[in-house]
Amino acid sequence: MTVTAESNNGIGKDLTIYVCLLVLAGIQFVIAYQNIDASQMFWRMLIVACVEAGLAVLFFMHLWTEKRSLMVFVLVFTIAVLLGMQYGWTDSNRMIVGAPFSKTM
Amino acid sequence: MSQADVTMGSHGTDLMVGRPFAVPTKKLAMWLFIIADTMTFAACLVAYGFLRNGSPDWPRPFHSITNVAIMTFVLLTSSLTMLIGLRSAKAGDKAAAFRWTMITAALGIVFALLHIREWMGLIGEGMTLFKNPWGTGLFGASFFSITGLHLTHVSTGVIALVVVGVRYKGGRYNADDIEVLSLYWHFVDVVWMFVVPLVYLLNLSH
Repeated sequence: MTVTAESNNGIGKDLTIYVCLLVLAGIQFVIAYQNIDASQMFWRMLIVACVEAGLAVLFFMHLWTEKRSLMVFVLVFTIAVLLGMQYGWTDSNRMIVGAPFSKTM
Repeated sequence: MSQADVTMGSHGTDLMVGRPFAVPTKKLAMWLFIIADTMTFAACLVAYGFLRNGSPDWPRPFHSITNVAIMTFVLLTSSLTMLIGLRSAKAGDKAAAFRWTMITAALGIVFALLHIREWMGLIGEGMTLFKNPWGTGLFGASFFSITGLHLTHVSTGVIALVVVGVRYKGGRYNADDIEVLSLYWHFVDVVWMFVVPLVYLLNLSH
């Protein structure tokens, strides 16, 4: 395959991913106007955002074609720390529900 | 083969063997920076979520999604133009690579201007870092911190695009440098995918 043909195929794939990202971004905007509670809305939007980010990282940033060890390093390290940060949510729930400590004040 | 060739050859091989993940050093450095920056943005967004969840009077000041939708479209399109620029650079088409890199920079400037216009609108409605007319004052601090950090990244990216583009055209940089910069630009785009739903869409006034 010539360099030009390869480049054209690549641009076709990039355009497909670009359209997918636009559609996914559009879905987020549609979710924003759904008549559902904030927590459901949050989870739906977060899932769509994760899919969007996954597509962008794998195909726009070409992580998919990198050496597998780099892909594993980036994904495992990032996901582990992001999951670790979720520890704070329980405490934010305590702030709004007011239990158990703030009720005694 | 001279002794010098043998020494150089073996030295070069050692350097290749020692290269982690078999990627160029600049590219690996950019990946490590991106991982570190992911933590920064994640910390800001988690802190934002914490405050939002813990504040019963969290304001919902956004009446329309038009501006943020245009900003999203512009940033996503700039990622595509960056990719086309990178492909042109790898194919050896310097003029096209430079042109697409500059188009990407121009789209970055449009994004930044739209962002500043939105900030001005909110400031005009009475929102500052520590108070606003709608609810808890924490909203202004978190909103300006997160979007300001992102805007700083976009502005830095625009400067880098212009500098790298010009130096690439002048022959001082090569396609690998464009690729490293494109990683950064796509990362800015990825961050925006999380900022939009959390900071804008969840705060729409219906």
